[in-house]
Amino acid sequence: MFGGLLSWVIWLPILGGIIVLATGSDERAPLARKLSLAFSILTFLISIPLYTGFDTSTAAMQFGEKSIWVSTFSIYYHIGIDGISMPLIILTTFLTVVVVIAGWEVIKEKTAQYMAAFLIMEGLMVGVFSAIDAVLFYVFWEGMLIPMFLIIGIWGGANRIYATIKFFLYTLLGSLLMLVAFLYLYHQSGSFNILDFHALPLGMTAQTLLFIAFFTAFAVKVPMFPVHTWLPDAHVEAPTGGSVILAAIMLKMGGYGFLRFSLPILPDASHELATIVIALSLIAIVYIALVALVQQDMKKLIAYSSISHMGFVTLGFFIFSGQGIEGGMVQMISHGFISGALFLCVGVLYDRVHSREIASYGGVANTMPVFAAFMMLFAMANAGLPGTSGFVGEFLVILAAFKVNIWYAVLAGTTLVFGAAYTLWMYKRVIFGEVANDDVAALEDVSPREILFLSLLAAMVLIMGLWPYPFLDVMHATVDQLVTQVNTSKL
Amino acid sequence: METIYLLTPLACLVGAIVAGLFGKRIGRTGAHRVTISGVAIAFLLSVIVFVDVMNGNLFNGPVYTWAVSEGTVYQIGFLIDELTAVMMVVVTFVSFMVHIYTIGYMEEDPGYQRFFSYIALFTFSMLMLVMSNNFLQLFFGWEAVGLVSYLLIGFWFKKDTAIAANLKAFLVNRVGDLGFLLGIGGVLYLFGTLDYADVFAAAPDFAGETMPGTETLWMTLICLLLFVGAMGKSAQVPLHVWLPDSMEGPTPISALIHAATMVTAGIFMVARMSPLFELSDTALNFVLVIGAITAFFMALVGLVQNDIKRVIAYSTLSQLGYMTVALGASAYAAGIFHLGTHAFFKALLFLAAGSVIIALHHEQDMRHMGGLRRVMPITWITMIIGTLALIGTPGFSGFFSKDAIIEAVHYSQQPAAKFAHIALTAGTFVTAFYSWRLIFLTFHGEPRDREKFDHAKESPWVVTLPLILLAIPSVIVGWIFVEPMLFGDFFGSSIVVRPEHDTLARLAEHNDPGHGAAWQMVAHGILALPVLLTALGTVLAWIMYIVRPDLPGKLAGRFSAIYKILLNKYGIDEFNEFFFARGGRNIGNFFWRIGDVKLIDGIMVNGTARVVGWVSSVVRHIQTGYVYHYAFAMIIGLFVLMTWFLSS
Repeated sequence: MFGGLLSWVIWLPILGGIIVLATGSDERAPLARKLSLAFSILTFLISIPLYTGFDTSTAAMQFGEKSIWVSTFSIYYHIGIDGISMPLIILTTFLTVVVVIAGWEVIKEKTAQYMAAFLIMEGLMVGVFSAIDAVLFYVFWEGMLIPMFLIIGIWGGANRIYATIKFFLYTLLGSLLMLVAFLYLYHQSGSFNILDFHALPLGMTAQTLLFIAFFTAFAVKVPMFPVHTWLPDAHVEAPTGGSVILAAIMLKMGGYGFLRFSLPILPDASHELATIVIALSLIAIVYIALVALVQQDMKKLIAYSSISHMGFVTLGFFIFSGQGIEGGMVQMISHGFISGALFLCVGVLYDRVHSREIASYGGVANTMPVFAAFMMLFAMANAGLPGTSGFVGEFLVILAAFKVNIWYAVLAGTTLVFGAAYTLWMYKRVIFGEVANDDVAALEDVSPREILFLSLLAAMVLIMGLWPYPFLDVMHATVDQLVTQVNTSKL
Repeated sequence: METIYLLTPLACLVGAIVAGLFGKRIGRTGAHRVTISGVAIAFLLSVIVFVDVMNGNLFNGPVYTWAVSEGTVYQIGFLIDELTAVMMVVVTFVSFMVHIYTIGYMEEDPGYQRFFSYIALFTFSMLMLVMSNNFLQLFFGWEAVGLVSYLLIGFWFKKDTAIAANLKAFLVNRVGDLGFLLGIGGVLYLFGTLDYADVFAAAPDFAGETMPGTETLWMTLICLLLFVGAMGKSAQVPLHVWLPDSMEGPTPISALIHAATMVTAGIFMVARMSPLFELSDTALNFVLVIGAITAFFMALVGLVQNDIKRVIAYSTLSQLGYMTVALGASAYAAGIFHLGTHAFFKALLFLAAGSVIIALHHEQDMRHMGGLRRVMPITWITMIIGTLALIGTPGFSGFFSKDAIIEAVHYSQQPAAKFAHIALTAGTFVTAFYSWRLIFLTFHGEPRDREKFDHAKESPWVVTLPLILLAIPSVIVGWIFVEPMLFGDFFGSSIVVRPEHDTLARLAEHNDPGHGAAWQMVAHGILALPVLLTALGTVLAWIMYIVRPDLPGKLAGRFSAIYKILLNKYGIDEFNEFFFARGGRNIGNFFWRIGDVKLIDGIMVNGTARVVGWVSSVVRHIQTGYVYHYAFAMIIGLFVLMTWFLSS
């Protein structure tokens, strides 16, 4: 049952998490750290063959494994990956390594439990991206919430209880409707296989209702306007590592859900309701960008920036063209690197000064020049500068939007101005200027450990910006098929 | 040759990376050696490329495939033709001079290595911009030079004014870039490719294509959007506001980026897109109007500035307006020619101003200068040469290029040409006046700040050598290139002009084929209105700042309304600050506090929670825990049910 490579990528980190948990108390924290690092690196390494051995010429599921789980309801342990899920899986395994390194010295209490939570979550998230059986998908989808709930609730900030409950209720409410949708689809098709769902003929009313159910689940996750307010709270309270995984991967679950379920299963409802989704996406891009502009808390600012950037993902998807969908996919991956990096940058400052307020800083470049250079790169990437990964997705989506309606492109394009405005204005107030206070004067520049994880992300941001070809290349076949599916009426 | 094309930008990039990442290890000398070697190599290779292109060897080919999406292939590649070759030589030469100059200018600065890394990175980006063979890479270079400009304006990041200026520069440029990006979107939509050669070849076929539901030509929309990008980068009204503030950056980059090269990227871009712009008269007229407004009204502001660098900055704005007008009049060759001559004499003026500034220990206010010609003879003479070129003294390089533009507009049939012609002609008078005002206030008369004057001395050779090397082309390039560039077939197929737009050809008809074009231009120009106005401006400046130094103050008092409008730069900055900067923040605050916090969180989210809490608090009262209460409720319920069942 657990023989395949893909299963290893799912279960190895979970196994590792359990072993790390077994190290127990904080006296053995160094061992817990080393074990976590070993497991995360190992998982990343064994996930690489998923890329190198990937057949870019086919849209079929690869690295598939299938065995019976609950025969009464024909539920299978059925996993496999295609051009949409594979990049997200590698993103997950890569960022988990980064997060383990980032939490190395910072987490001083319950270290083993912290590390274990991330490892277990990694396995569950890979599970979400690999599941082909709807029930299996649902189990991973809900299961992944638990470690994140604990991460925010235990290692979070002062107002963490409000944030965790808000986070939990929001996402749970959405997922319950998704479960109902799954049950309906099972009832119609007699199978929980997602690929069978794709082929299932559905009437317009059924499609519309199912669309609303799925949409609720995924829109909360993305998050889209107006169900986005849990995200800034969750981010502000979450520890750095939690914010990184939340922004970089968990938000992508929503986008992934649209591509895996909404578009191929419900092509007619998708077309029917696309205008609403696009409108909400554009509101996210413009409205949220303006909200980001006036934030005084760096983490809140980046959280709002995330929502605004995710607007490009949903906009790209609901244009239903290959360019739009690929642009949205690239935007998801790129946002994983950039938002992760920015949250880590805030973490670097927070670990030293214990404040997230922009007003607590000023003139950091004087005392932390290397850090300032890193943050400059990530800020520019967040502002979508060509040559960084942040540009690629926005560029493709704006150009794709232009083909549908020039005004979509104009509104989406305002991110060029607003995105630069909120990111660079924050950068200016935090990094530039004279040394603002004693805290800033006492800052020490980044340590080799911090340079390590920032460099890893910087490298990815630049590689993806200068040569997105390999990232896009693996998607083409799957996206082509998806475009055909969504543009073929089921009525 | 392909290796040479590739090596030209890469030589600069290597220098930038080495100086940037290993600056501490290789030290100051190491940093300037590696970057200067890089840019020197780039210059030599550019000359080789130039000669090769002159021999007819053009190139258009890819370097690598950036991405493929939905069948569209996005490539990084080079187009080497006459236009590219000119730009390469101008960029690398000025950059080379500025690199050398920087050794002297930044001598005492702690950020020495960082500075060299940035300017080498700039040279790389600018080369990628001009060498591009497609719109994508053009945009890459476009934004990359914007990034370096941002980094360099804010180079002294402790200075509040500097970090305000660089943010402003970036954001204003981004407004232009939005237009530019949408223009690129239009090109991709209409042509299905971003490759220059394919787009330009197909352009005539799409000339009549209108946007669905309107009578607007696609070509007009695309050209206008692209031109918005040019307005940002080349600082045309109303997106000009960032350029004067960019003077907060160190002087070498004011010369290199904000005078000679980067700000001319917009001019270059429109010239490159001539096959598209030629198809839209609406766009050309818009270009004419914007250029003319910039040329004249920005020159006026230059009259009242007291900061030596700001005078030159407004002069740059005005000259960029001249180039833009040339584009609008379809005299692309004249625009590029002026771009080239301007690069030399304006870089010279800035570097000379920088020489003055370091001699006076970072004093930039001309009211504290005066009499410097006695202590800084080389700076003085070279700056006068630059000024003579700028104001268009017959025989100097600026004369040929500027006169060609004014004449070309004169022959243009576009409706806006008349207005542009008047603005440009009047502009020559203003140009002469503010230029000489600068020279007189700085170098002539009595020193107004004795202490600063006594410490002033001529700059070291690393500073004066670039001045001299830039002064030479400021004088001679006109003589060499007038004939081929304006009247010959220098640009070949790299610039396309429709016959009915060909103003330069009409200009050429007036030349006597027997004699050299340069001589004829001088002979003809010496008695023409622009030169007379220039002479008038010169004399007036001489009277006001040498003969009767009390006059300017009196005039300012007399015409205080006009003086204040000019001093406040027409109030555009205040308007932007109030309307866009503060307006944006207010809207953001409104959305956040009312939309997110009150409506969504307050009413929808926490409201739901409160309703649930309220309902349960009400329901809780029923759950008293007394058995007889529950029994009573059950009996009532039973009663109600029975009644309902029986009655139905």
